Amino acid sequence: MTSVNRAVAAVKPHRGGRPTDAKSQPRAGDPSGTFRRQRKFPEAHIGLAFVSPMVIGVIVLCLIPFISVIWYSLHDWDVFTGSFEFIGLGNYARLVNDAVAAKSLGVTGLFMATLMIVNIVLAMLLALLVNQRLRGVSAFRAIYFAPVVVAVVAWVIIWQFLLASNGGINGFLAMVGVEGPNWLRDPNTALYAVVIVQVFKGVGMNMVLFLAALQGVPSELKEAARIDGASNWRIFWSVVLPMLSPTLLLVMILTSIGALDVFAPIQVLTQGGPSNSTLVLSYYMYQTAFERQDFGYGSTLGVVLFVIVLALTAVQWRLRKVWVHDEV
Amino acid sequence: MRSRTSKAVLYVLLVVAAIPFIYPILWMVFSSFKPASEIFAVPPRLLPDRWTLDAWPKVFTENPFLQQYANSLYIAVVVTLLTIVVAALAGYAFARIRFPFAGGLFLLLLSGMMLPPEVTVIPIFRWASDLGLIDTHWPLILLPVFGSGGIVATFVFRQFFLGLPAEIEEAARLDGLGRLQIFWRIAMPLAGPAIATVAILQFLKSFNTYFEALIFLKTPEMLTVGVGLTRYQDMYGEPMWSTQLAATTLTVIPMLIVFLFAQRQFVESLSRTGLK
Repeated sequence: MTSVNRAVAAVKPHRGGRPTDAKSQPRAGDPSGTFRRQRKFPEAHIGLAFVSPMVIGVIVLCLIPFISVIWYSLHDWDVFTGSFEFIGLGNYARLVNDAVAAKSLGVTGLFMATLMIVNIVLAMLLALLVNQRLRGVSAFRAIYFAPVVVAVVAWVIIWQFLLASNGGINGFLAMVGVEGPNWLRDPNTALYAVVIVQVFKGVGMNMVLFLAALQGVPSELKEAARIDGASNWRIFWSVVLPMLSPTLLLVMILTSIGALDVFAPIQVLTQGGPSNSTLVLSYYMYQTAFERQDFGYGSTLGVVLFVIVLALTAVQWRLRKVWVHDEV
Repeated sequence: MRSRTSKAVLYVLLVVAAIPFIYPILWMVFSSFKPASEIFAVPPRLLPDRWTLDAWPKVFTENPFLQQYANSLYIAVVVTLLTIVVAALAGYAFARIRFPFAGGLFLLLLSGMMLPPEVTVIPIFRWASDLGLIDTHWPLILLPVFGSGGIVATFVFRQFFLGLPAEIEEAARLDGLGRLQIFWRIAMPLAGPAIATVAILQFLKSFNTYFEALIFLKTPEMLTVGVGLTRYQDMYGEPMWSTQLAATTLTVIPMLIVFLFAQRQFVESLSRTGLK
């Protein structure tokens, strides 16, 4: 998941690799070309053979289903009578008039925005903290990362207890004289409660990515700034942060896609409630398709989910030119 | 030199920040030794008032827990091994072999990565029904290998093999080795760091699978441990809290122990592959 940005950047030079190149370019160490004649298969075939299991798998299990889902979204599909009727953009018209879908889009946006801000700020702060030269700091690094290796359902089940009206969180609050809300049953807090659970589950991964980037900042740069009389804050803002910006972009894209993909926490903690306050799009799609057996409209919601992922990724990728500092 | 007070402040921050990561896990472990009535005691306590083992045997009698655990483990192992082979082959070819349509096929993989599983699950569910694969482990094995996890693994391997010195391969070629032999006997043995990263990511991803398991599996004996954890109910449909927490403890602790022993490798290999 981490090498996406480099992978994307590397697509371009690869395009030039035309089939003729392989034949016309003698390799170093093989000037006579005799070596090539001994081979049973030309390189091009071998290359295709090597990538074919992955490529065929992705075509069968990602791309064909994706085209199918667009096709399904144009149908009214009744599982019980077995009817599968083409209705053109009927499902999309239904979507426009669906107040629940509108609500779900709002919830999805709010969830993603909150999760991204909290997750990224916290990941950055933790990375700065565990980047200090202190004895025992690596133990804390391990602690912050540990929930990443815990099965997501297990983590969510624990927090379900802690967030109950008479659970541990409110117990802590009671100790300082605050009466906590019923986090998961109150429409005003449920979404934020899910965000908190999700953030502590995954923030360790982003912390590690930031930490690696922090350690890649040359110390001479910081020293130079210090000699020029810059404050710590100024050094972070003007020297360190620009060096972190490629990582920040990667973390933003990964975190936003992950936020759209949230399912287990919603299913276990709130089932989309109370009063649809946590009904993110992926969960609404699941309910529509697999609980109400409305596969046509469910497909439509799936297509919408994909369009959002695509748009978000594209926007962030475009905006990188504005704020991402290129090291090379 | 840093002053004593600023050091103290940093330690306080480290400890305070650790609470939300560590408290839930401690609470889970201790609560599995509480009688059900104590779990929601007011005010809440971390340690049980009365220690009891009542909940623990029910982990295995109320649900086929061991079977579910074994299911999760073997699925994760198969997914990991299969991913390493398929993704390393593809990553190697993208990095070291010139072949037609390489750029196009690479873009195709990229586009596959942007598909959340929720988007494609309806057609896959329909095919799985037609092929009789519902309530089998096939979807849980194939989807991560050829979904975003496998694609990311391909990128990790490609990136790694791009950095491999060409001379090593040239020498092997002069010795008359074919591409498959070079891949298997020269490149793969050198790819330890990439293999470690892919193994960690795919194992965790598979062990974490919830959505697909919920959709494709039905009978308790076929379930993976994640979905199994949500099925602890007594005959009246009431949740069995302590038992659920005992099962959760059994799910979480082995992974944490493995992590403690290998945490340096975890953190290092993930950060190294991430950013260069």
